[in-house]
Amino acid sequence: MAHVKTLVITGYGTNCEVESAHAANVSGSDATDVVYFSDLTAGRVKLVEYNFLIFPGGFLDGDDLGAAQAAALRWRYAKNRDGEPLVDRLKLFFEQGGIILGICNGFQLLVKLGLLPAVGEAYFERQVSLANNASARFEDRWVHLTVNPKSPCVFTRGLDRLYLPVRHGEGRIVARDQATFDAMVAADLVALQYADAETGEPTMEYPANPNGSPLAIAGLTDPSGRILGLMPHPEAYNHPTNHPGWTRGETSRLGVELVRNGIDWLKAQ
Amino acid sequence: MLTRVEVAVRPGMPDVMGDKVAAAIRRSLGLEVESVRTVKVYTVSGLTAEETALVIERGALHDPVLHEASLAPVGGDFDWALEVGFRPGVTDNEGRTARETLAVVLGLDRERARALAVYTATQYQVRGGLSEAQAASICRDLLANELIQRFEIKSRAQWAESPGFEARAAKVSGAAIDEVARVDLAAMNDEELAAFSRANTLALSLEELHRIRDHYADAAVRTAREASGLPPMPTDAELECLAQTWSEHCKHKIFNARIDYEDREAGTGEVVDSIFASYIHGSTAAIRKAKGADDFCLSVFKDNAGVIRFTEDTSVCIKVETHNSPSALDPYGGALTGIVGVNRDPMGTGLGANMVCNTDVFCFASPFHQGELPPRLLHPRRVLEGVREGVEHGGNKSGIPTVNGSIVFEERYLGKPLVFCGTVGMMPATINGKKSHEKAAKVGDAIVMTGGRIGKDGIHGATFSSEELHEGSPATAVQIGDPITQRKMYDCIIRARDLGLYSAITDNGAGGLSSSVGEMAEDTGGARLDLAKAPLKYDGLRPWEILLSEAQERMTLAVPQDRLPEFLALAEEMGVEASVLGEYTDSGFLEVFYGDKPVARLDMEFLHNGVPQMRLEAVWERPEFAADGEATAVADAEQGGLLERMLGRLNICSKEYVVRQYDHEVKGGSAIKPLVGVKRDGPSDAGVIRPLLARDEALVVSHGICPKFSDYDTYLMMANAIDEAVRNAVAVGGDPDRMAGVDNFCWCDPVASEKTPDGRYKLAQLVRANRALYDYCTAYGVPCISGKDSMKNDYTGGGVKISIPPTVLFSVLGVIQDVNRTATSDFKRPGDLIYLLGATRRELGGSELAHELGFVGTSAPAVDAAAAMARYRALHRAIGAGLVTACHDLSDGGLGVAFAEMAIGGRAGALLDLSAVPLDSGPMNSGPMGSDSMDTTALLYSESASRLLVTVAPKDRAAFEALFAGQSLACCGEVLATDRVRIERTGATLVDAAVADLTRAWQATLDW
Repeated sequence: MAHVKTLVITGYGTNCEVESAHAANVSGSDATDVVYFSDLTAGRVKLVEYNFLIFPGGFLDGDDLGAAQAAALRWRYAKNRDGEPLVDRLKLFFEQGGIILGICNGFQLLVKLGLLPAVGEAYFERQVSLANNASARFEDRWVHLTVNPKSPCVFTRGLDRLYLPVRHGEGRIVARDQATFDAMVAADLVALQYADAETGEPTMEYPANPNGSPLAIAGLTDPSGRILGLMPHPEAYNHPTNHPGWTRGETSRLGVELVRNGIDWLKAQ
Repeated sequence: MLTRVEVAVRPGMPDVMGDKVAAAIRRSLGLEVESVRTVKVYTVSGLTAEETALVIERGALHDPVLHEASLAPVGGDFDWALEVGFRPGVTDNEGRTARETLAVVLGLDRERARALAVYTATQYQVRGGLSEAQAASICRDLLANELIQRFEIKSRAQWAESPGFEARAAKVSGAAIDEVARVDLAAMNDEELAAFSRANTLALSLEELHRIRDHYADAAVRTAREASGLPPMPTDAELECLAQTWSEHCKHKIFNARIDYEDREAGTGEVVDSIFASYIHGSTAAIRKAKGADDFCLSVFKDNAGVIRFTEDTSVCIKVETHNSPSALDPYGGALTGIVGVNRDPMGTGLGANMVCNTDVFCFASPFHQGELPPRLLHPRRVLEGVREGVEHGGNKSGIPTVNGSIVFEERYLGKPLVFCGTVGMMPATINGKKSHEKAAKVGDAIVMTGGRIGKDGIHGATFSSEELHEGSPATAVQIGDPITQRKMYDCIIRARDLGLYSAITDNGAGGLSSSVGEMAEDTGGARLDLAKAPLKYDGLRPWEILLSEAQERMTLAVPQDRLPEFLALAEEMGVEASVLGEYTDSGFLEVFYGDKPVARLDMEFLHNGVPQMRLEAVWERPEFAADGEATAVADAEQGGLLERMLGRLNICSKEYVVRQYDHEVKGGSAIKPLVGVKRDGPSDAGVIRPLLARDEALVVSHGICPKFSDYDTYLMMANAIDEAVRNAVAVGGDPDRMAGVDNFCWCDPVASEKTPDGRYKLAQLVRANRALYDYCTAYGVPCISGKDSMKNDYTGGGVKISIPPTVLFSVLGVIQDVNRTATSDFKRPGDLIYLLGATRRELGGSELAHELGFVGTSAPAVDAAAAMARYRALHRAIGAGLVTACHDLSDGGLGVAFAEMAIGGRAGALLDLSAVPLDSGPMNSGPMGSDSMDTTALLYSESASRLLVTVAPKDRAAFEALFAGQSLACCGEVLATDRVRIERTGATLVDAAVADLTRAWQATLDW
């Protein structure tokens, strides 16, 4: 059984690092470290020593230039003290079998880095992006999600529906072209979709679909299934009282189950 | 070379930001535009043509999936091109990010990176038949604030002739200045002294100027100054520093004044020697003593925020500030700076706290205001939108949840909007074995400034309006907060804190370095500061300006010399600028240099304790209200319509439009959210969060604000505000015995003068409010642990004077032992019984009903503290025992509105029987007791204090009622399995309305 070491990366405006680390801790992570991006450039922390990487939500660089745009460029061009490009360390981490979870701003970072959806296993090539919500507003609201059972994603195995908060202004999926979009869908890289509360079916209706994302896409995985990026915040549903209807007796599967799934998969390796 | 990189949404893809602007133009200005397309403009200076080409190739400023980038003007089919950019010196956050990004992408070395500059602007390509004046109006009245921004316009024809706009650098240029002026106060007569103070916006009184003049005339002072190479007369920096330290803002001179208070109503008189000491600090001291071993206060009134105990090993702190004047001039920048600024208070409390949550309360005039606006005032709708967005960006980008807030609408806030921003922090009770709520700089510690650089921002804080801005001059008046620079600094400080790298920390707020260093120097008894070492945004600042600048995102620390290398290395690694500016000494003086040149040498004792106590007069006469008989007669058949109208009133209606755009769940501890109920859109009484994710203890954050009663009696205003704050907290499950308060006073000038002939009355209003603060805080056992005042909220212009109603925001931070024992306001289950706690009196003065029906109420609500406290304790026990299924406080709009809101939250039908409502003749009511003594309208909408509506499952009826034995309470309805609410009285149906219709009425007003 693999020993799960989780690395939560923060800094430059990331701000969900504490609850993301908490989600890992309560989901069986054997060790969880929260580090700043500067710890990576300083060479103080090495990605290869971990097997679970979380890019939490937040406002990297204040969403200037577009959400996670500046951070994606920083990842692509920054080097550590030894002169090694950080992006090579990230590649190595992934090639060694690690899993990656990008939440909200972390998801935006993953698509802009080209780690998602990686159609045709073309990693580190920006194929899709996340544009302004159709409402042109940041919104905080809870949404229902349906899981694509055919997706290879290791985080969503065995889950069917989830209820989680979204808190973003740029969550509408846009592909660079229709062919990429179609290939992404055909490869079942769509892991999560916004769903109607009653029917559980994917929906384009606002506000159940909070951002107008086509095909109601809320989360994407890569062909290996070891990377998941999603706009909703599973770590923000870590306690029954996070549920907006808990005083009414409403409850549902905790969001951290998604994190537990990833950790369980790692442990089974 | 200046190059414009223009970025637009790829053709064929929706430009949702353009659509949003088009909608705003139609809605706010009533101009019919067909469409708007946005183009982001980055004007880059310091790159070669090859590098610029690389910027585009590598997608450094655009996202190739979403955008196209171009070095040529992006054209298209439009009638007008409007371009809005910043004026020189205004904080351009996106420009900063762009510059840093280009440096990384192009691999520029430090020197090249430093020479690089990026200035952002936005172009709006508008289609629609507009005149040039209308196009200009779109810029002036919607897109640009000319105080901080400039705009350019091109028509279709002008564009065809010469496409695009010229590249412009919003750059401030200047040369380094080490000039120190000396001011010969001794040569000035009183008239000249006053004129000098006014001309330099020192805001020093004649008495204070005399005190300073006399100090410098002292022979010993002169000798010492000569020995230090300083002139006998004060330098500009010394005067500025004294003026700042002695300002109302820093010294709270009115709150510390000796006041002759005459009560003409009672025919008595007395001397109040410091409102602050007598009432605010006095009540806290009395409460702490009474609580004895249960006293949870750790640090009150002495640090940037007040600190209380949370768990056995965690403390929490809270501070609330106002940012009114800046928000009046630039609502977005003012509010953003307000929220990001108040974050630094917990950050600079004790050894530094982690951010937990924000609370924001705004006071505006109606966004539907019609008619001419007095000069320089912005339309309230624009103020609301700007403030909303500023707080959105400040809170969301900093990753701090906004868990509580409200908006108060009143016409007099046209003159000055009030923007209250509060932040709660949390820290381990001990850090490296030291109590975290204590700190002290030590002799020899280095003075280290971290975070942003110094510019002319905010020099002279709130007194800036006289200075006009023009192209080429830096914008000193208005600042724009930078959440990301601050976030990076915060990350670095928390790590340094945990490594034990500093002895003390405080923020740079009002007065900048003069204040932060001056205050920390009190620990050691002196400091030596070299301004030439301070990092500047641009050259051209005089030494005194560096000392006084209120540039944002800066903290000042005291770092032991042996930890200094480690601290500086950490800051460098984390991309945070940190500069050593000198050291703390025990010389007894604040000594300031610019290089070798002496700039100031101020006796610490004189600086901090030299200000003379003000002597003021206050006269209370109860205002006469021409009672017009309170015309509350409304036909039974009209009651349904009246309820809908009440629900739609600005002070009552849903604020979901604002709340939704604030992140209220980041940090993962959200338990009671601002929007509750079956559709997550019902009103919440207070916010509850669980800041320690692995534990079940929680914090409750609530507030009360009742300026509507100020015209009657500020004593009642204050009493109601405190009661409302405590009641709101109790309503969600807060423990009334574990609550701390924060008082924020916003007053109109209470010092009698030619401009303010009614100053004595306004000061009496202040005294009365503080007496109520003392009385009710002690009665409730809620100690104030922190507070702030803003005393000059008046507007004069165009021949009119607008003074805000005296306003106090009373915020409560409370500890809840178990997050699972909390409650929301929405009706839950059919069959649940509805209880009204507390008696109703005919108290309609200042009420929403009075405004709706257009009458003047006779009396504002009185607060019976003893009865209220017994009720709150009993309710807390009931919620703790799980007996309460829903709970909602009665405030604006009284019983009728609270009842309807609970139905809306639960989307459930319910019955309310008014015959059962307990009435009270009460001290303020002349009418007899009995259910027939009050007309239905008054009964439904009276705003009597300390009341709550609660639902209880039928099986728990006896247990619940037992807890309230001997108290005023009645079962007056039940939740129904229908979708209609019914209000009855002695068998007659007064209201029978669909919940859906009430919901629509409640949501329509601000459904933007």
